Amino acid sequence: MSDLEQFRKDTIQWLEENCPAEMRLPAKSESDICWGGRNFQFQSDAQKQWLEVNAARGWTVPDWPTEYGGGGLNPAETKILKQEMTRMGCRIPLSSFGIWMLGPALLQFGTEEQKLHYLPQIARGEIRWCQGYSEPGSGSDLVSLQTFGEDKGDHWVVNGQKVWTSYADKADWIFCLVRTDKEDKYRGISFLLFDMESAGVTTKPILLISGNSPFCETFFDDVKVPKDQIVGQLNRGWDVAKYLLGHEREMISGGGISNEMPSIGAAFNEIVALDPIMRAEMAAFDVDTLAFKAMGELFMDELKAKKGHPAQPNMMKYAGTELNKRRHELVMAAGGSDSLEWESEASKKGAKARNWLRTKANSIEGGTSEVMLNVISKRILELPGA
Amino acid sequence: MPLFYDEDQSMLEDSAAEFMKSEAPVAHLREFRDKNCPDGFSHKLWEQFGEMGFNGIMASEEDGGLGMGLVEAGIIMKEVGRNLSPSPFLTTAIAGVEGLNGGSKALRDRYLPGIIEGKTVLGLAIDESGKHRPEAIAMEAKRSGNGFSLNGKKQFVIHGASADMIIVAARTAGSAGDKDGLTLFAVEKDTKGMDMDAVRLVDSAVAAHISFDNVELTADAVIGEVDQGQEVLDRILRAGRVGSAAEMVGVGSGAMHITLDYLKERKQFGQLIGEFQGLQHRAAHLYSEMEIADAIVRKAAEAADANADSAELLVSAAKAKVGLACNLAVREGVQMHGGVGMTDEYDIGLYMKRDRGLSEFFGDSRYHANRVAQLYGY
Repeated sequence: MSDLEQFRKDTIQWLEENCPAEMRLPAKSESDICWGGRNFQFQSDAQKQWLEVNAARGWTVPDWPTEYGGGGLNPAETKILKQEMTRMGCRIPLSSFGIWMLGPALLQFGTEEQKLHYLPQIARGEIRWCQGYSEPGSGSDLVSLQTFGEDKGDHWVVNGQKVWTSYADKADWIFCLVRTDKEDKYRGISFLLFDMESAGVTTKPILLISGNSPFCETFFDDVKVPKDQIVGQLNRGWDVAKYLLGHEREMISGGGISNEMPSIGAAFNEIVALDPIMRAEMAAFDVDTLAFKAMGELFMDELKAKKGHPAQPNMMKYAGTELNKRRHELVMAAGGSDSLEWESEASKKGAKARNWLRTKANSIEGGTSEVMLNVISKRILELPGA
Repeated sequence: MPLFYDEDQSMLEDSAAEFMKSEAPVAHLREFRDKNCPDGFSHKLWEQFGEMGFNGIMASEEDGGLGMGLVEAGIIMKEVGRNLSPSPFLTTAIAGVEGLNGGSKALRDRYLPGIIEGKTVLGLAIDESGKHRPEAIAMEAKRSGNGFSLNGKKQFVIHGASADMIIVAARTAGSAGDKDGLTLFAVEKDTKGMDMDAVRLVDSAVAAHISFDNVELTADAVIGEVDQGQEVLDRILRAGRVGSAAEMVGVGSGAMHITLDYLKERKQFGQLIGEFQGLQHRAAHLYSEMEIADAIVRKAAEAADANADSAELLVSAAKAKVGLACNLAVREGVQMHGGVGMTDEYDIGLYMKRDRGLSEFFGDSRYHANRVAQLYGY
């Protein structure tokens, strides 16, 4: 038996012994997701136990090095673990912006001390992070951000406002882009980390068109941030931010590339049988879905082999999010008046309508479709002056 | 297998690209078009294809071929498309050879050596009306003595009048729509009762309308089994669809690249027109569509070569997707060229014409989107 076959066998055995039955049922709603953090309310003992056994083994972040709380698995082993968890229906033990976003940035840009301090807290689900990027006047033009950190010797004093801070009201710490030099637009931004319980930090949830509030406005009023809480060099936070945005775009575009992309027309076969125009639209959509799925496979193959164009994630993000929005338009149309229901139990509290509205943010968050097209024009097509 | 090309495939891509660029660039198409060449392609170029070793790509090694597949054939077709190179490669070396692969050794021995050398040309007589509807083939082949007698009409037989042999799909039993009852025949040129009317098409290809008037054939002419021709026809169609889809990736990509070049040189209002965001976003969207079309064509070729369960679905998705993407490329190409895009002097119009021809060949994007729906069971 090869090492990988042995690993698969051991993994299956471990999952069977350690994954509670309850954690093998599909997550029904947002509240079934384990986000961790100081104030997280576990939905059940099983959810808590599942997090703890994974954290102890380093499998909340299986591919991170063991000294930072990870599992130290190589890419092939990580893939096997994912495959077996999917096959057995095991829930993801811990979801967090610390894992998806800050962690990769710290691994790339953090000092050894920072890695040893912050990464294990993320891996164990002890600290929940949020991202402070956009500001009211700086959305697509993120680099124009104005939140300012004034140098006070051994610390900065931060003043300003962030917006679209995901789950800021539930997060323990924030990774935040702060201007530390007003003269240089790009080389005047630093990447700071600080506690959301610091004096001067307040948050206010934003009610969205979906009726949910996943985002906040976040205000900083004379917030003290010690000098050792900077990632990367002073005034070079934009490099960290760009690296992290690349990760975010891959993640969001990945939303369109799931292995399970069933036919939309087949899902609504009774409706398309009576409506030839709907059938034609769904057939065209199924064609685009199959094609995008092939693109996802080619993209991942190239990414792994370090062959693709470095700006290709922008194309994937653009195409994937636009496709997902189209899917939800068709789902709403197919449901007719049933899909309008907002609160009924039959509609799962308006899941279709709320999901449809939520997808409208896909092509805005993490860089709008228009910004993606700008990047493709400039970096891939090399069009002038873009 | 990763979907990007491996080392051998990249080498084939480089050699095909270099060959088409030097021996059959767009200027080559213009030259024979302006001479009003009756074949619609150059016999010398076809022999050069043979010398390059391209023509045996779909033939097995036992038959003197290279025993490769549609992934490799697609690599060549993309370069053919990019340069608008007129050749019988798609009908003969891809779809035709795949048809012969479903036939007897005697037929393969008879035609494959000439194809591999670049001397023999095949035609495909499938369509009977202006739209590709192979499931509605109605032409009759009646049993007559030890053989068959063919009566009826076929159309859109690309370079049929120049072909040494034409593969004809006809009904020996049943009626249009039945899966059983189709038979494929290898009909030699100049067979008595076969009347060719060669017509020039918008893209300068030459296609034949063929009338069959009591065309008598012996049993040796049957490719595969009598009444079981659907199987061979499916192989021909699958290969032809992947091949034409790959050619369209090349046509669309070629059109996109000459348009991008134009955006970088044409000035209006004191600036390069490629600086205008209105054009940049359309170009970037087109790039995205072409990348996705290329990916599904690669995936379809891979699935067809592996004879995967999903092959038919992916092949139809590929022809449907590339049909839309390539069409977008040529329409945006002409529009972004402005007035000169309407002139014969500029190449972009030739790409638009080729796209129109290829979109109909082996089924357009509507036909294939409908087929995707049917294969999904709705």
